[in-house]
Amino acid sequence: MINLEFIVNTLSLGSLYAMLALGLVIVYGILRLVNFAYGELIMVGGYTMYLLAGFTPLPWFVIAILAIVAAMFTSLFTELVAFRPVREKSLTAMLITSFAVSTLLQNGALLIISPRARAVTLPQLFQTSVMIAGTSIPWRNILTILTCILTLTLLTLLLRRTVLGIALRAAADNFTMTRMLGVPANTVISTAFAISGIMAGIVSIFFISRSASVTPTIGAPPLLVAFVATVIGGMSSLTGAVVGGFVYAIIISLLGVFLPPGLLEFREAFMFAIVIIILLFRPEGLIRSKTTGERVG
Amino acid sequence: MNLPARLKSFNTPLILVAGVLVIALLTQLLGIPLLTRIVTVMFVSLMLVLGLQLYMGNSGILNFAHIGFMGIGAYTAVLFTMTPKAKLLTNSDLYPFLVPLHLPFLPSLLIGGLVAALLAALISYPLMRLSDAAAVITTFALLVIIHVVLLHSDRVTNGPRTLFGVDFYTTLWTSVVFAVITIFVVYLFKESRIGLRLRASRDDRYAAASIGINMVTMRWLAFIASAFIAGVAGGLWAHFITSFTPYSFYLTETFVILAMLVIGGPYSVTGAVVGTLVVTAAREILRGIENYVNILNIFPDGFFGFTEVVLAIVLILILVYRPTGIMGSRELTWPRKQPQVKEKETLKSSGKA
Repeated sequence: MINLEFIVNTLSLGSLYAMLALGLVIVYGILRLVNFAYGELIMVGGYTMYLLAGFTPLPWFVIAILAIVAAMFTSLFTELVAFRPVREKSLTAMLITSFAVSTLLQNGALLIISPRARAVTLPQLFQTSVMIAGTSIPWRNILTILTCILTLTLLTLLLRRTVLGIALRAAADNFTMTRMLGVPANTVISTAFAISGIMAGIVSIFFISRSASVTPTIGAPPLLVAFVATVIGGMSSLTGAVVGGFVYAIIISLLGVFLPPGLLEFREAFMFAIVIIILLFRPEGLIRSKTTGERVG
Repeated sequence: MNLPARLKSFNTPLILVAGVLVIALLTQLLGIPLLTRIVTVMFVSLMLVLGLQLYMGNSGILNFAHIGFMGIGAYTAVLFTMTPKAKLLTNSDLYPFLVPLHLPFLPSLLIGGLVAALLAALISYPLMRLSDAAAVITTFALLVIIHVVLLHSDRVTNGPRTLFGVDFYTTLWTSVVFAVITIFVVYLFKESRIGLRLRASRDDRYAAASIGINMVTMRWLAFIASAFIAGVAGGLWAHFITSFTPYSFYLTETFVILAMLVIGGPYSVTGAVVGTLVVTAAREILRGIENYVNILNIFPDGFFGFTEVVLAIVLILILVYRPTGIMGSRELTWPRKQPQVKEKETLKSSGKA
């Protein structure tokens, strides 16, 4: 069962989840905000692709870029309108705000577009496979892995080589201190939300290609995955998020192979039980970094 | 606080109960079936929101799993009130030992609440150590787990299919009685020693710990009480709606009761009551508009989601401009009783001594 196909599938799933978790963690690291509206950014990317592919003659590559841009701007917009005003108030207020933003975007799509699923036309490449060493591997999976490598490289360069990136990492480490040293809070937070949106946009391309359709509630499953991957990786570490994404993919693939069929449908429940256990016994995640939250007792 | 002062502070629940009774009487006198339905559901929601307030308001920690316990209570109560024949009719795969169970309405409701409370007690003790984001993710995870289990336990809940054939028991006055009891319970809890300790730990966890408050146990007790109330409310709701699926106990409902509590003001019992009234009224008006537009048939795919969009915007605006909700941490009290006279007396008496 553990053959080349399994390995490539798991790697591609891991790449997808790693990017997904990164987008969530980059905001969490700075604001301590678990962004419930993150899944809806993926939905925004999906609807952008649906609208552009269905009603404009643009080439597919341009459409994909525009989907990422749309997700990024939605992310920036939610930060500006909803999160910035409640940022100083309390963490609980911010969390409820993100839950409200998520509901708002979801029902906005329901209201403006349709409750029904919309088919997204994808290029031929996403449906074809290539033969490697006697097994057929879908191009989509290879593309996911390549995109992940490219994205992670670019992000690492941004975070390590640019002033903005260094400010971002400093803010994730100690936001108050960073602000005292003259780094404007709004710039850092906006950048984090922009990167989060870009990640969601990239993920939306590959996530939506799996079902080739988009619905208003499509953001929920990837959000749950991102939660789990983030917790496994330790909430505030970017490396941890990538590791968490891959660990999630490996666990879920192995559960798929080894769990008896009767229990297979409870797979999600198992994953979330793992989350609770990790948060209880290793709240700093599998990759040790700064602590997640205060724990009593 | 001495005893007379405690009794005086009782005017908050009395005012709230009076409000509930006035609404119930008006509804009864008007006798419009639609209004009666709305008000009955509102009182069940009120119970849920009060239960949520009991934990969230006193401990200051968000709880996403509340609706999950409502679901557990609903399914448990229904298993006891339905006749064996009706049960097999809706779900022929039911585990054989569940088929002969049959009890009257009230004991079934209590069992529903107790099962929810028992599960909460078993699961939640370790979770009570977590605060902030970790607490939010774990309760969210708990909601997902409960949902997945309800959804796939075909032989108990009928799986994702609708469970139908539940008898109608919850009338307007049943829901009123339960809402009134819950107002007193939640208010008494807030003023009790446990409630006081919990609120102390909410305001300053280090100071509270330093005077010997066991925060984890206090949170745990509140969480169990809150789950019990949610479980009973679930049973009431189930015997009003009479057919439902596990999707009735998931994110949409969670959003609604959170909105009710946050808009009203999570830190006071009055806030929970006011929030439930305001949000129910707003929802029904918006829903009316939504239905009207749908009848007009302007949009090819229908006009859905309008209610939730407006509600979400209002929620965000409240959080921006009044983050502690309409009531803040104030409770409604009778305005005329001011302790000025008494203060003079105490001054005099202390002067004599």
